[in-house]
Amino acid sequence: MKMNSILETGVTDCHPASAPDYTPIEQLRELQLRRLQAVVARAWRQVELFRARMDERGLGPEDIHSPEEIAKLPFTEKSDLRDTYPFGLFASPMKEVVRLHVSSGTTGKPIVVAYTKEDLDVWTSVMVRCFAGCGLHRGDIVQNAYGYGLFTGGLGAHYGAEALGATVVPTSGGNADRQIMLMKDFGVTAICCTPTYFLHLIERAAELGVDMKELPLRAGVFGAEPWTESMRRHIESASRVEAFDIYGLSEIIGPGVGCECRRHRGLHIFEDRFYPEIVDPTTGAPLPDGAEGELVLTTLSKQAMPMIRYRTRDITMLLPGRCECGRTLRRMGRIGRRSDDMLIIRGVNVFPSQVESALLEIEGTLPHYQIILTREQGLDQMEVQVEVTPHMFNDKIGALQGLHQRLQGALDHVLGIRVRVALVEAHTIERSQGKAKRVIDRRTS
Amino acid sequence: MKIQQLSLFAENKPGHIAAPVRLLAREGIDIRSMYLADTQQYGILRMIVSDWRKAAQVLEAHEFVVKVTEVLAVEVPDHPGGLADVLGALEGTGINIEYMYGFPYLLGDQAILIFRFADPDAAIARLQAAGINLLASEELLKR
Repeated sequence: MKMNSILETGVTDCHPASAPDYTPIEQLRELQLRRLQAVVARAWRQVELFRARMDERGLGPEDIHSPEEIAKLPFTEKSDLRDTYPFGLFASPMKEVVRLHVSSGTTGKPIVVAYTKEDLDVWTSVMVRCFAGCGLHRGDIVQNAYGYGLFTGGLGAHYGAEALGATVVPTSGGNADRQIMLMKDFGVTAICCTPTYFLHLIERAAELGVDMKELPLRAGVFGAEPWTESMRRHIESASRVEAFDIYGLSEIIGPGVGCECRRHRGLHIFEDRFYPEIVDPTTGAPLPDGAEGELVLTTLSKQAMPMIRYRTRDITMLLPGRCECGRTLRRMGRIGRRSDDMLIIRGVNVFPSQVESALLEIEGTLPHYQIILTREQGLDQMEVQVEVTPHMFNDKIGALQGLHQRLQGALDHVLGIRVRVALVEAHTIERSQGKAKRVIDRRTS
Repeated sequence: MKIQQLSLFAENKPGHIAAPVRLLAREGIDIRSMYLADTQQYGILRMIVSDWRKAAQVLEAHEFVVKVTEVLAVEVPDHPGGLADVLGALEGTGINIEYMYGFPYLLGDQAILIFRFADPDAAIARLQAAGINLLASEELLKR
């Protein structure tokens, strides 16, 4: 009760870990420059690919004299992680790497990201700043329903909430009935999960006769997929939860690149750790604050795997002006769309090209296929329809079922999520101008 | 001795059997026997038709996925134990029946069963050695 009454007076952000959020601008720019110079020097020394690209441009690490000069540096793309799989972009020897995480690549192989002990400490510190900005503190009971494992969401949120001093309930994803039971029995006050998973929990709770509004749950830190203001209104009307948008990506660190504060006017980027730019997605030219474009991020203090000007493919803008909360950190708008064809399904990144590589692996040739996304009871479902070709077809049911299972297995393996595979008749997938539309997204937000 | 059977992939949805059957009707092709093997999601329609070449051509022209498989039409005495005797001839030979179904006409007092064997040549040799009659396609389709 005491905690709630403090929150209701609007006194927030009292956590000492939040101090860097309020660094005076000039001091922040100075810090950014110093860290940028150091990380560029480190990448130049340790990462062959980066040094080669700098050499091509006649650039050395001493050529950065202001944060804005970052625009001279070469971009890093997701394909660079694929091409150097698994360890080619590491800037630390393996004996200093204490953790590896894995995220979706664009083909059959995933991408690998590495952390030193110091990197993990930085990650935890930005997650603490996220939670503190959401008004959470010691005494909160945080249910962490992000998946634990190779995905950065689970462990990132876990260590952050622990370091904040909160009590963590590491439920991981899945098993909605148990999530709701624990939420109720433990008096959970905050939840971390994808926004669509929370929508699913809301629906399931109603079916179980649990009134979300009666629970002490008052904050939700939702990320790993884009969501909308209308979803926020839905969540906040069906529960007492104040919904916060959190942003991150494995290539940069995981969750904790940026997060909303209680003003909910964009996501503060932890600029002392991650340098944001907005560029034209076609030309790569830098765009000013307030202009929509692709978010490009540079890790300012990452050791094991520094990312210089990483193209996130997320389309957003840096909001001009300062937030009323007093933080000096710039804010980015919600991610509305992407400049590539990446899909996010139950928080997992999926590329249509991964589906293609799995089908090719099984069939040897690429059959016509279509990905159909729907939302059932708040949960994303992905169906891959595959046209049966004469080459695949067999008059024995067992052979077709075997094919079905092989396709299912290959897709589950490559995508890391359960998908539905449907064998459909030839020429039934609609083609526009001879080319099939690969993705039909029927999810409504 | 081998009979050409057409197999067709069909989704398990209303109307998905009617479309190919209607096409064959329009071309004057008679379906002499058929069997639908199904799962929840899809099925395989197997047919013995009066003119398999024309039927395959018509179906393929309409973008159906068709497979031609060789099956055997086996005469089975139409009395208790008739089938057991036929199957008995195959016992211990390792010849595997992939699937089988009935042909809806009697030939005198003989029933006819359609067999799909993994190795049809081995099956022909074995059945004939056991004195079991196999029908050629002209005989099967003459009625």
